[in-house]
Amino acid sequence: MENKIYLDHAATTPTKPAVVEAMLPYFTESFGNASSVYELSNNNRKAIANAREIVAKAINAKDDEIYFTSGGTEADNWAIKGIAEAYRAKGKHIITSQIEHHAVLHTCEYLEKHGYEVTYLPVDEFGRIRIEDLQNAIKDTTTLITIMFANNEIGTVQNIKEIGDLARANKIIFHTDAVQAFMQEDIDVVDMNIDALSISAHKIYGPKGVGAMYLRKGVKIGAFMHGGAQERHRRAGTENVPGIVGLGKAIEIASSDMNEKNARQRRLRDRLIDELLEKIPYARLNGHRTERLSNNANISFRFIEGEALLILLDMNGVCGSSGSACTSGSLDPSHVLLAIGLPHEIAHGSLRLTVGDSTTDEDIDKVLEVVPGVVERLRQMSPLYEDFLKNGSKE
Amino acid sequence: MKMKNNTNKTVVIGMSGGVDSSVAAYLLKEQGYNVIGVTMQIWQDEDNCSLEDNGGCCGLSAVEDARKVANNLDIPYYVMNFKKEFKENVMDYFVKDYLEGRTPNPCIACNRYVKWESLLQRSLQIGADYIATGHYAQVAKLDNGRYTLKKSATDKKDQTYALYNLTQYQLEHTIMPVGMYTKDEIRDIAAKIDLQVANKPDSQEICFIPDNDYAKFIEENTDAKITEGNFVDIEGRVIGKHKGIIHYTVGQRKGLNLSLGKPGFVVKVDPVKNEVVIGDNEDVFSKQLVANNLNFMSIEKLDSPMKVTAKIRYSHKGATCIIEMQDENTIRVIFDEAQRAITPGQAVVFYDGEYVIGGGTII
Repeated sequence: MENKIYLDHAATTPTKPAVVEAMLPYFTESFGNASSVYELSNNNRKAIANAREIVAKAINAKDDEIYFTSGGTEADNWAIKGIAEAYRAKGKHIITSQIEHHAVLHTCEYLEKHGYEVTYLPVDEFGRIRIEDLQNAIKDTTTLITIMFANNEIGTVQNIKEIGDLARANKIIFHTDAVQAFMQEDIDVVDMNIDALSISAHKIYGPKGVGAMYLRKGVKIGAFMHGGAQERHRRAGTENVPGIVGLGKAIEIASSDMNEKNARQRRLRDRLIDELLEKIPYARLNGHRTERLSNNANISFRFIEGEALLILLDMNGVCGSSGSACTSGSLDPSHVLLAIGLPHEIAHGSLRLTVGDSTTDEDIDKVLEVVPGVVERLRQMSPLYEDFLKNGSKE
Repeated sequence: MKMKNNTNKTVVIGMSGGVDSSVAAYLLKEQGYNVIGVTMQIWQDEDNCSLEDNGGCCGLSAVEDARKVANNLDIPYYVMNFKKEFKENVMDYFVKDYLEGRTPNPCIACNRYVKWESLLQRSLQIGADYIATGHYAQVAKLDNGRYTLKKSATDKKDQTYALYNLTQYQLEHTIMPVGMYTKDEIRDIAAKIDLQVANKPDSQEICFIPDNDYAKFIEENTDAKITEGNFVDIEGRVIGKHKGIIHYTVGQRKGLNLSLGKPGFVVKVDPVKNEVVIGDNEDVFSKQLVANNLNFMSIEKLDSPMKVTAKIRYSHKGATCIIEMQDENTIRVIFDEAQRAITPGQAVVFYDGEYVIGGGTII
């Protein structure tokens, strides 16, 4: 990481040394299987219970409403498939949005192939769903609404309470993927009428491979992993004790200074947004100016192509992203940017920079120095830009 | 073999994870270039790619293999997405050509428009001076100042045919490091440097149709209805029913399901009448052809008739002929001896000995 400026905290974060330290004993000294009878395992049972309490407290849930999973993706899969199946006698209609993470979208598409009906709500130019659209989409057969708390690409935060209230009034289960929002936005599952929620540890300086699902008591769901009696018979598999401890520790650290951290991130983010837009012509901010995550800047530069932009930034020591990372590392136009109405060419030339704990003002200075030069270089070589200069602006 | 004057030059090498492009990357590094590995993601069947390990050149396994090779060679590596360019310039063209009764060569379109237009453009953008590939061909600069392709060291592996359509600008920015070696030498180098890919099979015929069922692919990728039509003989008499013209190509004998009492061969595919003309083997032979979509390499243009060797398909040995311009955009090719199955849609490529003169699309 030497000399690298890491501005991709929405993709993942480094695990904090204090988190690693908290986890270490559970690999070696306290290795017992939490399901075993003997005293040796007691410490592990306590550690899991403690982490569960921390997760619950962070979102104003009860301990027995928290289930540990292998991460956000599993939590999304389980919540959506599990709830859809448990309530299928009532109906097989699900409502989601066009800008969900693929963990939600592809799960919904899977259910569509298995006889469910899914409505994908459009979003406005800032990436927010319209509550009337949601209202109008509700049918007698709707059993589940799943709308993300905050978007991973453009950072737009939904009015979750409004959605939760509407769902509750219509007796529909409401799940939200809060993987990006967790520890950046205030989450209160009781006040916001959230019935199910997904979180992940590695987005909040915890380890990869662990997350949790919150499920309100009384909501029906089947087991996702079948096997042993772990997680109250609902999620079999020997507990990932070090991971669970790490998740708890990461939350503990993050919640201790959430407001200051948000303020700091917001300032760095705003520097990025304001100064990039000022320095670079034909650029636009994607997402909402204020209703966005404190760490997220997403900007489209016209006439250029995101892949070359990212590679050149990488060569200059800046790690950013464009759209969401895909398995192969190659980029398709982002479904989120298309959903907020960007044409293909512009959606391709987008850059997401997400700040984090280690980001400094010097990092931002460096980025503000590098990005305009790179964009200019690419524009000089872009046939689109050449055409544009020749024909003049049509706007 | 290290050349000091290359040290300031950057090359993007297109890597498929296969032996040829992997060795090419190694050779470039040895020659002192600053090498960047890139795998072009050009198509991916979302449903099948995770299920099938087809060993093709473009799937996720190619990315994993290429990344491994790049790591071993200690060169930077990126995946670039050219799905849109590939769809528009290769897959759509492939479908359209078949629907119009031709037999397209998608590799030629891919080379010209995807590899040498889009990849070159993006490579220059990220600061490269050249792009390189693992093709069996050699770039040569002639005394007249023009760039052309020279056949690879082993005629059997030579890939110049599929590259005839590259422009002067593209050739000027191209390196083909494996062209001067035989396939065996390349495999030996791969083994010597312990590349894990040495025994991978060569990539298959058409990468985006792994099951080789062209007709199914075309039907899935067009709104046009594939309708049955008539088989007719040379005199135009109806002799049977065909399944739709996309199923047939000139020279074809198998899969016709005709009982004529003698072998029947496809002589012509007529998209307008939706007919497939069947004749004897000798009806499939012809002494001349006309081609358009011309590209010249070693010469700027053809001023007067010229005696050359021409290849009418990738596997064709080549035959002597006279070429002359018919009008501004088309060329007439007259062979010394009749050639079998001159197929519209395929390329005809002209050679002067080892060197490519140019070529065009048979009409």
